[in-house]
Amino acid sequence: MLKTIAELSQALQSKKISSLELTQFYLKRIKELDQDLNCFITVTEEQALAAAKTADQKIAAGQAGRLTGIPIAQKDIFCTKGIKTTCGSKMLHNFTAPYDATVVAKLNAAGTVMLGKTNMDEFAMGSSNENSHFGPVKNPWDKNCVPGGSSGGSAAAVAAGLVPGATGTDTGGSIRQPAALCGITGIKPTYGRVSRYGMIAFASSLDQGGPFARSAEDTALLLNAMAGFDEHDSTSVDRPIPDYTATLNNSIQGLRIGLPKEYFEGLNPEIAKKLEEARHEYEKLGAQFKEITLPNMNLSIPAYYVIAPAECSSNLARYDGVRYGYRCENPKNLEDLYKRTRSEGFGNEVKRRIMIGTYVLSAGYYDAYYLKAQKIRRLIRDDFVNAFQSVDIIMSPTAPSTAFKFGEKTKDPLSMYLSDIYTISTNLAGLPGISIPAGFNSHLPIGLQLVGNYFEEARLLNVAHAYQTVTDWHTRMPESK
Amino acid sequence: MEWESVIGLEIHAQLLTKSKIFSGAPTQFGAEPNTQACAIDLGMPGVLPVLNREVVTMALKFGLGIQAEITRKSVFARKNYFYPDLPKGYQISQYELPVVGTGHLDVTLDDGKEMRITIIRAHLEEDAGKSLHEDFLDLSGIDLNRAGTPLLEIVSAPDMRSAKEAVAYLKTVHALVRYLDICDGNMQEGSFRCDANVSVRPKGQSKLGTRTELKNINSFRFVERAINYEIERQIAILESGGTITQETRLYNPDKNETRPMRSKEEANDYRYFPDPDLLPLIITDEMLEQAQRNMPELPYQKRDRFMKDYGLSAYDANILISNRDLADYFETVVKQTEGQAKLAANWIISELLGALNRNDLEITQCPIPAAQLAKLVKRIHDNTISGKIAKTVFEALWNEKRDVDEIIEKQGLKQVSDTSTIEKMIDQVLAANQEKVIEYRSGKDKLFGYFIGLLMKESQGKLNPQQLNEILKKKLQG
Repeated sequence: MLKTIAELSQALQSKKISSLELTQFYLKRIKELDQDLNCFITVTEEQALAAAKTADQKIAAGQAGRLTGIPIAQKDIFCTKGIKTTCGSKMLHNFTAPYDATVVAKLNAAGTVMLGKTNMDEFAMGSSNENSHFGPVKNPWDKNCVPGGSSGGSAAAVAAGLVPGATGTDTGGSIRQPAALCGITGIKPTYGRVSRYGMIAFASSLDQGGPFARSAEDTALLLNAMAGFDEHDSTSVDRPIPDYTATLNNSIQGLRIGLPKEYFEGLNPEIAKKLEEARHEYEKLGAQFKEITLPNMNLSIPAYYVIAPAECSSNLARYDGVRYGYRCENPKNLEDLYKRTRSEGFGNEVKRRIMIGTYVLSAGYYDAYYLKAQKIRRLIRDDFVNAFQSVDIIMSPTAPSTAFKFGEKTKDPLSMYLSDIYTISTNLAGLPGISIPAGFNSHLPIGLQLVGNYFEEARLLNVAHAYQTVTDWHTRMPESK
Repeated sequence: MEWESVIGLEIHAQLLTKSKIFSGAPTQFGAEPNTQACAIDLGMPGVLPVLNREVVTMALKFGLGIQAEITRKSVFARKNYFYPDLPKGYQISQYELPVVGTGHLDVTLDDGKEMRITIIRAHLEEDAGKSLHEDFLDLSGIDLNRAGTPLLEIVSAPDMRSAKEAVAYLKTVHALVRYLDICDGNMQEGSFRCDANVSVRPKGQSKLGTRTELKNINSFRFVERAINYEIERQIAILESGGTITQETRLYNPDKNETRPMRSKEEANDYRYFPDPDLLPLIITDEMLEQAQRNMPELPYQKRDRFMKDYGLSAYDANILISNRDLADYFETVVKQTEGQAKLAANWIISELLGALNRNDLEITQCPIPAAQLAKLVKRIHDNTISGKIAKTVFEALWNEKRDVDEIIEKQGLKQVSDTSTIEKMIDQVLAANQEKVIEYRSGKDKLFGYFIGLLMKESQGKLNPQQLNEILKKKLQG
């Protein structure tokens, strides 16, 4: 039963298996394996079984779509009506959302069966999942290692076969980096392609939701359901959604792939080797490679760590203990309520970013930090626009290393921030990016990142799928237990 | 030393939309606490604002109404501060790029003089909720019904030199937003409110003095009082050698004084930055043209038309157009009196407005329907009743809400214009006052008024005054 969504979909349609059986199978795996892995914050068994039965009825009635009856998991950043939505934080440990996020509503409407809500770095701030109030998630390939973050629960759950697909969000690499570290496929769409409504905000101008699954084909199926304009999100873009599965098998003959030289300077040799192998595979498929330059790449981390904290400092101001969520005990007065609620309710990384963000927006510092970072952001965007004049796709590593050990980077935030060095610039530019498995360094997976032009998710998925038709890295699974 | 006061106003006009500026929740006033606040107004995790297009149309109308530059690409920003009635921890407002740029309004003062006030900007923003400090023992209640209500903040230049000028300007803006139908103008309910920046300086000095900002002034009368109090307070401090502290002060209408707000709230650094959840607001040519097409007649245009079409004086016209409802009332009356505009204007300005003022009523609460006032004017014009009797009818109308003709009929107030009846009465009165008649005829002209008085008393004022005059004169001449 540990198959891809595409395969499970066929099995469901041909009634070889029911959604209820499938759901029970995965719920059982979660029960067996997740005590240890800690991928889920909430498992919604009862609702899942009910949804599976409904799905089976639809299948029986011939009203099923390709995702009807497919079990999935939602990152606990997406609001789910009547279900606890914590965002990985003590601040929302008791928060039950009164509404469904658009992504949740769309996936529900597509007939998927939600098994639960996955663990994550608190408010999506982190690259290792060590910042969760609900404890770290273990990497299924090596339980002494992190799964990456912030969407570590979703990535690890898919990698461990606890669920065939899951949602994530990506602000600086939070889908692609854990996908790489867990050896699965994850796509961050163009900013504005997937609605942010009901997706708890970290940095509004960078956040973007997207799917995880084993294969590019599976993420295409999930993205079909997730993407689209939403009148509740002013930054979502009103343009038609192609069927992302329709072009998966297009030829990539003549495809121009750019290799940004800045991404390969000082790169880990094992990762470089795997990228070189991938290059050969692509060349065999008819792609042409070209070195390109993204000259402002070295500014992306500093710019990001001004813009993202600035937005986060404002986005997280609403968690004040007044209306919902955590509230300190016996506040003496209003100031005490604010101070203690926020001191006790937020973890260290969140507090660090709120402080940075508050600082860079302060009177007298705004121009020097925030405004300058926005100018850099424009330069980075222009670099990509220039690059896409001469190439169709940009290829790079997803992360500078494979999964690292727990505690290895927690003492040094800067080294943690560097985990996203290859992914952050695409968020700043708003471009779509995908990470696909490209081999292993010893027992740990290595991710390959492909970045496409705006709204070229279909091409990105086509190129990723082409690679997966000639390689089997994405089918590898860690041993259970 | 002679002092000059300098005043600028920041007016918050609540826009008359059905739903909030960034959510679909209703904006009705006076509902049960927290019943008109949806997930977006409550600042729930994950919610996003979506701009209500209606507020843009309204802001454009205002911009056109003050001949302002319209900003073609304006930006919503976040104003960050913590307060329990501010659910998101920031207010969405326009900061660097407001939708309405600089414009102006011409204001007519009480003495008929006109002055031009510059309006620096008008921007869109959301209102906060309300903190309720009573009825909760030691706690505060939060009502978020008002959170997210659309506001247009209208900022004037410091162009006013007295409280009277400030009030005249405020009234002119009030009339304008009512004419444009973008705000109900209700000051008690807070849908039209104003903060005043007040400073004083020695007359002749060009540098501005340190200002204070007055808040919580919710009627025209209080605006005048609060500013006057503040001017006197500042002058007293300066004359005794002190200095003014720049601060926000609350006006207390019961005590007629201003008091500083807690200074802590002053120390806020709002950390404005563009709201990443909202795209820049783009005003297209089409939107502007459409707003232009939908512009109603503006107060000054109406005033000019009243003067031209109805032959009213500037003074009368200014009074009538000061309030859109009053102007409408006037025009309704005129239409039903076959053009007795001047007579109608006189009656409205002297009698009707007087009565409304005495009873503290708005024109919209007027107990006399326009149709009845029109009838009254008609009966004066067609000599059914005299002007003097008309006042009696007016009072009856005000108190009893009946038909004009019915009142005239029932109370027998019809004017007597029948010559023989009048002659008969005169004959009787003259016969009973032979001595006075002789006195009159021997040159004591003043007694004419005495006879008129007697006759009017006798007839309860119903004799047609013109006829009475003529016939009496003839009879007395003998």
